[in-house]
Amino acid sequence: MALLARSSSPSARASPVLPRAPSLVRVGASVELRLGGARAAALPEGVLWLDEAKALIVSDLHLEKGSAFALRGQMLPPYDTHVALTKLASLIEILSPDIIVSLGDSFHDGGGPVRMDEGDRRLLAGMIGACDWVWVEGNHDGRAAEALGGVTRDCLTLGALTFRHEPTGAPGEVAGHLHPCARVAGRGASVRRRCFATDGERLVMPAFGAFTGGLNVCNEAFASIFPDGVTALVLGRDRVLPAPRDRLLPD
Amino acid sequence: MDQILPEPFASWFGGRGWAPRAHQLRLVARGAAGKSSLLIAPTGAGKTLAGFLPSLVELADGTRCGDRLHTLYISPLKALTTDVARNLLSPVSEMKLDVRIETRTGDTPPHKRQRQRARPPDILLTTPEQLCLLIASEHARVFFEDLRVVIVDEAHALAPTKRGDLLALALARLRRWSPKHLRVGLSATVADEAGLASWLVGSVDERARDIVIRAAPGAAPIVDVLDSDARIPWAGHTARHAIPEVYAAIRRARLALVFVNTRAQAEMTFQELWRVNEDRLPIALHHGSLDVAQRRKVEAAMASGALRAVVCTSTLDLGIDWGDVDLVIQMGAPKGAARLVQRIGRSNHRLDEPSRALLAPSNRFEVLECRAAQEAVAEGAMDGAAARIGGLDCLAQHIMGCACGEPFDADELFEEVASTAPYARLTRSAFDGAIDLVATGGYALRSYDRYRRIVQDLHTNRWRARNASVAQQHRMNVGAIIESEMLDVRLAHRASARLGVPGARGDRPLVPGRRLGQIEEYFIEGLTPGDTFLFAGEILRFIDVREDNALVVRAPGAENPSIPSYAGGKFPLSTFLAERVRRMLYDPKRQGALPAQVREWIDAQRRRSVVPAPDEMLVETFPRAMKHYLVCYPFEGRLAHQTLGMLVTRRLERLGLHPLGFLASEYAVAVWGLEPMGDVDFAALFDEDMLGDDLEAWLAESTLMKRTFRDCAVIAGMIERRAPGQASKTGRQVTFSADLIYDVLRQYEPNHLLLQAAFADAGEGYLDLRRLGALLRRVKGKLVHRALDHVSPFAAPVMLEVGRVPIQGQAEEAILEDAASLIAEAMT
Repeated sequence: MALLARSSSPSARASPVLPRAPSLVRVGASVELRLGGARAAALPEGVLWLDEAKALIVSDLHLEKGSAFALRGQMLPPYDTHVALTKLASLIEILSPDIIVSLGDSFHDGGGPVRMDEGDRRLLAGMIGACDWVWVEGNHDGRAAEALGGVTRDCLTLGALTFRHEPTGAPGEVAGHLHPCARVAGRGASVRRRCFATDGERLVMPAFGAFTGGLNVCNEAFASIFPDGVTALVLGRDRVLPAPRDRLLPD
Repeated sequence: MDQILPEPFASWFGGRGWAPRAHQLRLVARGAAGKSSLLIAPTGAGKTLAGFLPSLVELADGTRCGDRLHTLYISPLKALTTDVARNLLSPVSEMKLDVRIETRTGDTPPHKRQRQRARPPDILLTTPEQLCLLIASEHARVFFEDLRVVIVDEAHALAPTKRGDLLALALARLRRWSPKHLRVGLSATVADEAGLASWLVGSVDERARDIVIRAAPGAAPIVDVLDSDARIPWAGHTARHAIPEVYAAIRRARLALVFVNTRAQAEMTFQELWRVNEDRLPIALHHGSLDVAQRRKVEAAMASGALRAVVCTSTLDLGIDWGDVDLVIQMGAPKGAARLVQRIGRSNHRLDEPSRALLAPSNRFEVLECRAAQEAVAEGAMDGAAARIGGLDCLAQHIMGCACGEPFDADELFEEVASTAPYARLTRSAFDGAIDLVATGGYALRSYDRYRRIVQDLHTNRWRARNASVAQQHRMNVGAIIESEMLDVRLAHRASARLGVPGARGDRPLVPGRRLGQIEEYFIEGLTPGDTFLFAGEILRFIDVREDNALVVRAPGAENPSIPSYAGGKFPLSTFLAERVRRMLYDPKRQGALPAQVREWIDAQRRRSVVPAPDEMLVETFPRAMKHYLVCYPFEGRLAHQTLGMLVTRRLERLGLHPLGFLASEYAVAVWGLEPMGDVDFAALFDEDMLGDDLEAWLAESTLMKRTFRDCAVIAGMIERRAPGQASKTGRQVTFSADLIYDVLRQYEPNHLLLQAAFADAGEGYLDLRRLGALLRRVKGKLVHRALDHVSPFAAPVMLEVGRVPIQGQAEEAILEDAASLIAEAMT
């Protein structure tokens, strides 16, 4: 697939002057994986791409998390929704998907869509209007996003794959909810990053939202979904890096 | 003088055969005249009693009506409040004074707090954090209205910190409610007395400069630098070579305190001392990671005279006196003259006898540093930081605290804040920015206007907390002490069969058992299961992390434990001592007292390269083992050097010289790479402009900067350290990471107030930018470059630092061989 062959562009980070918007999204070295019979590509931006269906899967956007905290008195920066949506928009521009699946917890809470800034709302509406947009219900937001357009499902099947928010461990399942993170050891130190968690039969997606924290893949929550052990596909700066199991540390 | 001290005080002193000291009487006289004082006195001068005398005298005349708070005593240490309360009770009961003394700390139970509020004691002993909490309560004004005296103990330790910022602000608030109260500061010797005085009383008291009272100095301390017979190492920080001589000194002493600079050194020194402890002398260990119960046990044993030596870190720097210490030993260089004087003060609390101290330098540069410190102590010269500029994060916390208490008027509060020394130069717009930060987060995008944490009353224009829940949130997050994430270190044992766990004993799972103490999470992160490390004086093997516990088993006799590199207590060399070291290095006349091997080493440097003049900076370039090196010698301490190393490497990278790495020691920075670096334009390389764009680019990704930001965000209340009813640990997985917030904020609002606060902190803290800036200005036009064909005597120590951490197995041999050839090369 052409997407995976594309090489990464030179780093945009070298410039000391910070842009107002996120830097250009690079589609660098992805990891292609098989889930049961289906082929999928894990991208360094933390999304899944199904080339045959031209489907883009994104999980745990947690839009309006900043304002949800502000509501309770913790004034986190109000830019998280904008960061997530612009990052998604540039992915869409490069990939031109026919289908976009937002795999639950699209908003941090049920009140999120109402609190959203007008500019962000327009940006999101543009994306929803440009393709088939599916909201999968999450535990945080339920069906709250439905009002913004697109269709809402508690569960979705595309070919051999089933998409639902909370993982059940069923073969061929792509889920989110857990926000997998990996702590990788080496050189007397360790690095903690978001990751895809998979065993080749099922997959748990990393969280996409700007302020979302993570749960270590060594946590027992993953053991019940991946009884034979889990492989972490770690989101590096511009590529996805599979981490050897013996290098994974708990938090 | 006698009439200054009324009855029953005069007879009390007389009855014990004591004469009140001159400074004690002066404090009483000043107190009677309603004047504040800053008492500067060495330990053992009856400082604490002096501080309380004005209050006790006033309380003893019986004209006060009861149940009103008269004196507030503030100490940086919770333990000190209890100790001082105990010590105060005996004179009070012996003189039969009708004075009620109580403490209020984090451990005080709620019912007692409530009672204290309804019926305040005459004297309340507390900490700065508890004072912040009192101020954030609704009836604060009534509580403090009749306050007469505020005593600040260990003022020198509080003033230069964020806790000092918060305390200065809190004291300004007290002044509003009780304008007449006077302040008594108690301090060890400091360089900048006037600065400390104005921190204590603020600008409202115009006579700040006249409040300093100096106690007569005690006998001059006797400071020796260990002139070891053993070979003094080129590098390293353990002073392992000096252990036999240190042990001999302990044997000659009654009770010795062995101070070290890091907890890792404490563990190592303790192990090594016991290795040579043929007389089985009771030698104990005391540092901040040990279990509190364990520390209390050591302190009690010291007090009862059961110990001969205690190996300790800065945990014993302050406050409480345990036992009859007659010798202070400093392992490794003291890093600052003031710190040394403090530590020396821990010995011999009888003023007329000299305190004794022994310095044991751990490498050749440290020999110079110890000599410089010795000279400084003899001259009574002190190093001191420039007066602190108050943090905007602390200001934000204070504003929120005020809003939780009595509603405030912004103009009045600004005036009050600007009357404190740390915020004397605060602009009104920065103050308004801080109010906005508290209210809405201070973002350009005004999206949080409807979620304000503090709101303004339409009629009075006064600000108050929006509701009880945000006030509660604030109270749970008060203070400026940010602790690293800590794990409990627990001995693992097999789960008991009685609990229904099946299987033979060896198959049953390991479960957490007895707690040995606490350790920073990031240290454990660097370990792989099976690694061994020194902790609480034992060699432990790391098994696993379970929730908040690091599971370990004892591993006695394991070879070469990986030594923990705790963050605690790594002070950089002070600017003041560094300058003295540079002068000593250059002037052969001042080298007479140095050991022959150190003089020889300096001579070799003079022959093989050059010894720079005190105002110059030497840069050496040389090839070695297929690599090219650039070593410079700023003598500005490890923190500033790390930042310099990072920035210089970036510049060399841009010049296409492919640097491979760098290493920063207290004295020098070494950079290595594959290309020769001798032709670089050094004036341009070390130009001050590296603090512009290069710094900016680096800060974007620096983990140190992110940590600094997180601390600011917590203090300012943007990130909670604790939410009501929420456990600390489990929260982390479901909440968010401060790093992500930092990235987003830098991108969208690079001028946000919290980024400004973090940047200001970086100037002082982990990055030491202020000192780096001063260095670059100092060496402008004063660079001396030497292109050498091999490593120089001064360069060898910094290059040896690489191999400082013990490495197991074959690699150790290789490193030893490498090190040996390096030194031979440097000296020929």
